[in-house]
Amino acid sequence: MTAQNQTPLLDIRHLKEYFYISTGPFTTKPLKAVDDVSFTIRRGETLGLVGESGCGKTTVGRTVLQLYKPTAGEIYYDGKPVKTAKDLKEFRTKATMVFQDPYSSLNPRMTVADIIAEPLDVHSMCKTKEERRDRVLELMQYVGLNSEHASRYAHEFSGGQRQRIGIARALSVDPEFIVCDEPVSALDVSIQAQVINMFDELQDKLGLTYLFIAHDLLVVRHISDRIAVMYLGKMVELADADEIYEHPLHPYSKSLISAVPVPDPKIARANQRIALKGDIPSPLNAPSGCPFRTRCPYAVDACAESMPEFRELSAGHFVACHRADEINS
Amino acid sequence: MSLLRVNDLHTSFFTDAGEVRAVNGVSFELERGKILGIVGESGSGKSVTAYSILQILAETGKIVGGSILLDGQELVGAGEKVMRTVRGNKISIIFQDPMTSLNPTYTIGHQLTEAILLHTDRNKSQAFDRAVEMLTLVGVNEPQRRMKQYPHEFSGGMRQRVMIAMALACEPDILIADEPTTALDVTIQAQILELMKALQKELGMAIIMITHDLGVVAQMCDEVIVMYAGSVCESGTADEIFYNPRHAYTRGLLRSIPSVDNAGQKLRPITGTPIDLLNMPNGCPFAPRCDDAMKICIRERCEMMRINDAHAAACWLNVRDAQQSAAKEE
Repeated sequence: MTAQNQTPLLDIRHLKEYFYISTGPFTTKPLKAVDDVSFTIRRGETLGLVGESGCGKTTVGRTVLQLYKPTAGEIYYDGKPVKTAKDLKEFRTKATMVFQDPYSSLNPRMTVADIIAEPLDVHSMCKTKEERRDRVLELMQYVGLNSEHASRYAHEFSGGQRQRIGIARALSVDPEFIVCDEPVSALDVSIQAQVINMFDELQDKLGLTYLFIAHDLLVVRHISDRIAVMYLGKMVELADADEIYEHPLHPYSKSLISAVPVPDPKIARANQRIALKGDIPSPLNAPSGCPFRTRCPYAVDACAESMPEFRELSAGHFVACHRADEINS
Repeated sequence: MSLLRVNDLHTSFFTDAGEVRAVNGVSFELERGKILGIVGESGSGKSVTAYSILQILAETGKIVGGSILLDGQELVGAGEKVMRTVRGNKISIIFQDPMTSLNPTYTIGHQLTEAILLHTDRNKSQAFDRAVEMLTLVGVNEPQRRMKQYPHEFSGGMRQRVMIAMALACEPDILIADEPTTALDVTIQAQILELMKALQKELGMAIIMITHDLGVVAQMCDEVIVMYAGSVCESGTADEIFYNPRHAYTRGLLRSIPSVDNAGQKLRPITGTPIDLLNMPNGCPFAPRCDDAMKICIRERCEMMRINDAHAAACWLNVRDAQQSAAKEE
């Protein structure tokens, strides 16, 4: 097991991100968007992060890159802590992000070449104009964009092509790690497949590591080596992609996976969905103890008293549930 | 006789840039009590088809040809007066986004009873009772209290339930659901789909399910039509479409979605991008993206050809099967 003994590329420990929402003229209340989340990502791996809207998955992605300043917790990159401004500047040349919405994440007043080269300019990574131009053309080629389009503006491109521009921008500083925040959810099915394949190819070619955030479980399963499931700011389960699909341990993961509409009529008709009652509680009034207990079919009194520990139930399979042993035996 | 028969429907939008043929010769039939899925990507004309049936197109849009028969009654050119009796009473629609399709300034109760008062001869208190009954039916807890609340006090899934309650309040024969679960999370989506299926069985209405999600289609639909660039490229029973696709576009769509079967493998996407509706080619609209395109595909558009009783497709590659199928009928 040499791979697991290596230092992980990214090591997140007890990450917390609270947003303070004002509830009155002098009072605020913390919205615990991410509450004590720890995980690691190995070099060359894709970690998928799934959950429903409002569960904090995007906030995790942004906090990891410190686009939001973490309320608490430590981030180690390649074994070294990312703390000071100097660490952060260096970290950001190695870790970049692809955003969800290809329409609003590109500046409409900039040409494609300038958008792609902006990170290069920020980090002063190109000495001459020629070098900058060559790098931009190289990047456009990587993502399958026609180099003649370098002087066009973002509005002249379709959704799929815009997402390619966003990916080229993320690749410009030659990063090792990319946070992909719902990069394909705004795209049509046929275009989505093109972009997913491109993520795969780039990973092989450039040895990239991904944190892949999405709500489409079929897509996440396809691209990820391991998958983490979040609910209401907490991580409830983490395991290998196939393991979590075939043997989900947490009641929430079970219902989430059973709810995915399978594009196969015979399987879909036979599929027994585990229907959940009710809606996700507001993160401002999260339930005590386990956040899922209000909708959980297995909830007992103990679930209201304490948050279950995130423990390794079998090798590499982590789950946060008091009754995980009982309900899965 | 079919409940709804759409024949060679053409709808165009007249814009400054020219005529956009959003729907270009769509035909299908809907039987009582069945669920028909209309699948396609954005811009394929699936929503415009639905809006044409109800004639709720934007001002620049116009039905330029074809016929829509509801229970034998022609709706194209029938006039606004007739359409008003059709909308809500016979055909209802639920829209994609439950956040924007309710009026934020009125209570849920007001909006529900308004629809009932307009379409039936119930008085106010009867309408109120009916609204409460509908909310109970769609699984809203404490309906009496919820009637007094405003849309912002409802979650996304609850608002979509309210929309369904409103659409079903007058017991329509047909419910058109335009991407009803796209804006919702998977667990909520599962709840809404189960609800729609249960209500369909209970009330015996027909549903037209417009979606881009083949998973939703597999779960819900009896019959499916696949649309591309404003026309139908394949139609048939759900099993035929999923297990025996006969149009390159349908095959491409099915190959593009990640599934258990292709886990760990490369997806095989459809190359290229959808065509520009302003510059439609003479031949098959899918030919520029099709791996199996032949000379005839570029030159001439293929009509829908019957492959068997439960299946038809518009692809030249099916000529031999279509001839055999026709010979068998004779």
